[in-house]
Amino acid sequence: MNSKSLKLIYNNSILGPIILFAVLFCIPLVSSSNYLFSILTMIGFYALVCIGLTTLTGYAGQISLGHAAFYGIGAYSSAVLTSTYGLNPWIAIIIGALISAVVALIVGIPTFKLKGYYLALATLGFGIIVYTLFKEFSSITGGSNGFFGIPPISLFGYEFITDKSYFYLIWVFVFFAILFTRNIIHSRIGRGLRSIEGSEIAADAVGVNLMNYKLQIFVLSAIFASVSGSLLAHYVSFINPDLFVANTSIFFLIMVIMGGKGNIWGSIVGAAMYVLLDEILKHYVPLLLPNVGGQFEIVFFGILLVLTLIYMPDGLVPRFEKLMSKFKKKTPTNGALQSTISVNATGGDNK
Amino acid sequence: MELLSQMMQLLFSGLTLGAIYALIAVGFVVIYNVTGILNFAQGEFAMLGALTCISLVNNNVPLWLAIILSIVIVAAIGGIFERTALHTARKSSVTTLIIITIGVSIVLRGAAILIWGTQVQTLPPFTDNTPITILDAVLLPQNIWAVGISIVILILMMYFFNYTFVGKSLTACVVNPFAARLMGINPEKMSLFAVIVSAGVGALAGTVIAPISGATYDMGMMLGIKAFVAAVIGGLTNAPAAIAGAFLIGILEAFTEGLWSSGLKDVVTFTFLLLILFVKPEGLFAKASGKRV
Amino acid sequence: MSNKRPILSVENLTKVFGGVVAVDNVSFTVEEGEIFAVIGPNGAGKSTLFNMITGVLPSSSGNIYFQEKRLNRKKPYQIAQMGITRTFQNLEVFDNMTVIENVMTGAHITMKTNILTAGLRLPSVRNEEVKTMERAMEALEAVGISDLAYEIADRLPYGSQRLLEIARAAISNPKLILLDEPMAGLNSEESRQLVEVILKMREQGMTFLFVEHDMETVMSISDSIVVIDNGVKIGEGTPEEIYQNPQVVAAYLGDEEEEGVEAYA
Ligand SMILES: Nc1ncnc2c1ncn2[C@@H]1O[C@H](COP(=O)(O)OP(=O)(O)OP(=O)(O)O)[C@@H](O)[C@H]1O
Ligand SMILES: [Mg+2]
Repeated sequence: MNSKSLKLIYNNSILGPIILFAVLFCIPLVSSSNYLFSILTMIGFYALVCIGLTTLTGYAGQISLGHAAFYGIGAYSSAVLTSTYGLNPWIAIIIGALISAVVALIVGIPTFKLKGYYLALATLGFGIIVYTLFKEFSSITGGSNGFFGIPPISLFGYEFITDKSYFYLIWVFVFFAILFTRNIIHSRIGRGLRSIEGSEIAADAVGVNLMNYKLQIFVLSAIFASVSGSLLAHYVSFINPDLFVANTSIFFLIMVIMGGKGNIWGSIVGAAMYVLLDEILKHYVPLLLPNVGGQFEIVFFGILLVLTLIYMPDGLVPRFEKLMSKFKKKTPTNGALQSTISVNATGGDNK
Repeated sequence: MELLSQMMQLLFSGLTLGAIYALIAVGFVVIYNVTGILNFAQGEFAMLGALTCISLVNNNVPLWLAIILSIVIVAAIGGIFERTALHTARKSSVTTLIIITIGVSIVLRGAAILIWGTQVQTLPPFTDNTPITILDAVLLPQNIWAVGISIVILILMMYFFNYTFVGKSLTACVVNPFAARLMGINPEKMSLFAVIVSAGVGALAGTVIAPISGATYDMGMMLGIKAFVAAVIGGLTNAPAAIAGAFLIGILEAFTEGLWSSGLKDVVTFTFLLLILFVKPEGLFAKASGKRV
Repeated sequence: MSNKRPILSVENLTKVFGGVVAVDNVSFTVEEGEIFAVIGPNGAGKSTLFNMITGVLPSSSGNIYFQEKRLNRKKPYQIAQMGITRTFQNLEVFDNMTVIENVMTGAHITMKTNILTAGLRLPSVRNEEVKTMERAMEALEAVGISDLAYEIADRLPYGSQRLLEIARAAISNPKLILLDEPMAGLNSEESRQLVEVILKMREQGMTFLFVEHDMETVMSISDSIVVIDNGVKIGEGTPEEIYQNPQVVAAYLGDEEEEGVEAYA
């Protein structure tokens, strides 16, 4: 046997990511709409959070309803460290990520003794506490009024100010996040994580230190969320606590589940779905009912969400992959490809 | 004396809050016990109950009738919710179920904006609201209504679950669904029934609190989460413990708000929750049980 | 056997669930290289005993020593790292992985990759993966299910899942393997193969402690047997000694006619 046979288990080809990014980075050739780039940038922020969250929720099977806290810690660290203390944004991003990592570790140790609904509530509570602290420590964070004047980020003298430049920046982060997490998933560590979802008791019995793994992946996902939050802060230059409410955490999880938990592509599809749907609903639904104030269009979002989860509990990407593999089974192919597909397809939702 | 009256004052508002949380928390427990699902949309029943009742009153329906009608309407909505969402998805993973019930709460909230807008609406108090003074503390009759109604309902529910056939059947489904089926009890019907009851009780909670703190489309979320906290503190499967948890949370909140800071109220509540989860995850009043291998 | 060293000693081990004494003051010693059977009627406390040895359940009282080290209060993963692995009576395969990944997960403690080296996919990680995969394949060949390597574990028939659990427990080269009813659900061909596998692994220096209801297997491959009934040890010895033990025969006659010792004798 040679190293090629690993491919029978894990499809580690970087072709997929490269094609995605080739396509994305071609968009500027055909369009220069700032609106389009701002949307793609938003998708990038969310995707970065979701890639981390999916390793936690999808692969290790641990729910978090508190990831907006890390998103917020990143954003506020960047804001405060650059504006108030004049640090370089890159250093602020790193410090923010370290703070998030430490918080995740401290909170994670007691939290991951819990399971299921208890874990959900504990992480939700954590998120609400952090949100309230952002609001109440107004001397540092600006409180409910928000934090203004966060400087843009720059690299070798180039300032990322336009939507287009930021679009490149965030997606480069997403690209490396995909490679990094996929490498983790396709390794001893990934198996350790998935074994937790497969059977905690058997994982324990083969020597997987469950707590250690849950913590490591919680910290990693916190770092991703934190970096995303930092980048967001430098992009929008103004943040307020309401960006990091419990609902934000909930929507992160919705993106992960809708796209297909336990699937890195799923988190990108989920983030894109969410942002696009949100935009479409915001623009078109009020045209139908012009007299209603408030964001009632979320009704439609809610309905779509519930229907998706009821009829495709695995999420969009695994469902798509299953369809593909059914289609492929009709034509004779080599078994290798098939099993790669089914690994991805079923890696997801088995409880 | 002044301190005492302040304490009394805070205690009254704590009990009022606790009474509301208790009604919603019991709903959580009933649904969880029968279906194994924690319904994150529970707080929305209170919101729907409050706003429906207000609309009815604004259309000259007498208050008592409006309350009954809104309970019936919301219970029916609960039934539809059970059939369309919970029942179809009951085999999904915990995470998926959480998101589905959150999805339903999003739908209900959006629908509420559509129907009632985003303005705060008010309901007149159930009876003349001239304050009563007890030990220098001012007590509004509506608060007495809140606590009184919730105590009566909770007692009725206890009676129902422990002494009536349907109630005992519900409990049987929890203890052993298979045996329950053998005895001719249909767990599916019980699940529908449980959701209808919890929705109705939730709606009542909404109508009771509406005269005190008003009603908006988004009031359900925090009410739901707090009641959820109460239920978990009580151990999630035990209704009396959830009620105790609810009063504990209500009083804790009232005192934090009164003595320290209303902004940090949630920090205190959730820190308390986390402490309990970390130290005694099976709830303040429960015994542990283990999984067999 | 007296020239061998003890590998596992259980001393006055007791487990109480609420009011039920599931394991009652049980003691025995397993020696290195032995195939050691624990038998007893349903509900005797055999699985509970295994769960205490592997750290799944805390014991109520008594001691467990593995190579002179006390196991009480150790976590299951620590016990695995010390060289004790197990299979489960009610299968616990990782149903979200392929068969070969299941076995590779069994090799977890023999690997070094950490989250950072994995994320960067250093060459060492790649090598380790390839080596582990080859070892996993060998382990699957040993139990005779290598043709199912790329199936999702969940889709395997019951018997194959049992064999998979054994491959998963064996790949890390543990010193002691605990098998909880390994033959249950296997057809006679699979059982025979499994017996061969166990005997071969024993040659390579592994020790086995197993629970089994199939008396034919127990009597033919065990070096020593402990019998427990209602949590109490009622007999101990070689297979010959066991089915001459009147107390043992009585216990089986009382409860389990079809599976009892006398059916074999
Ligand atoms: N987690 C638990 N909680 C309470 N009682 C338990 C638990 N696990 C086992 N028991 C009880 O302990 C006793 C021993 O059970 P155990 O599973 O160890 O028996 P066993 O010998 O493995 O039986 P079998 O041959 O059926 O597998 C039984 O009476 C069982 O009901
Ligand atoms: Mg057993």
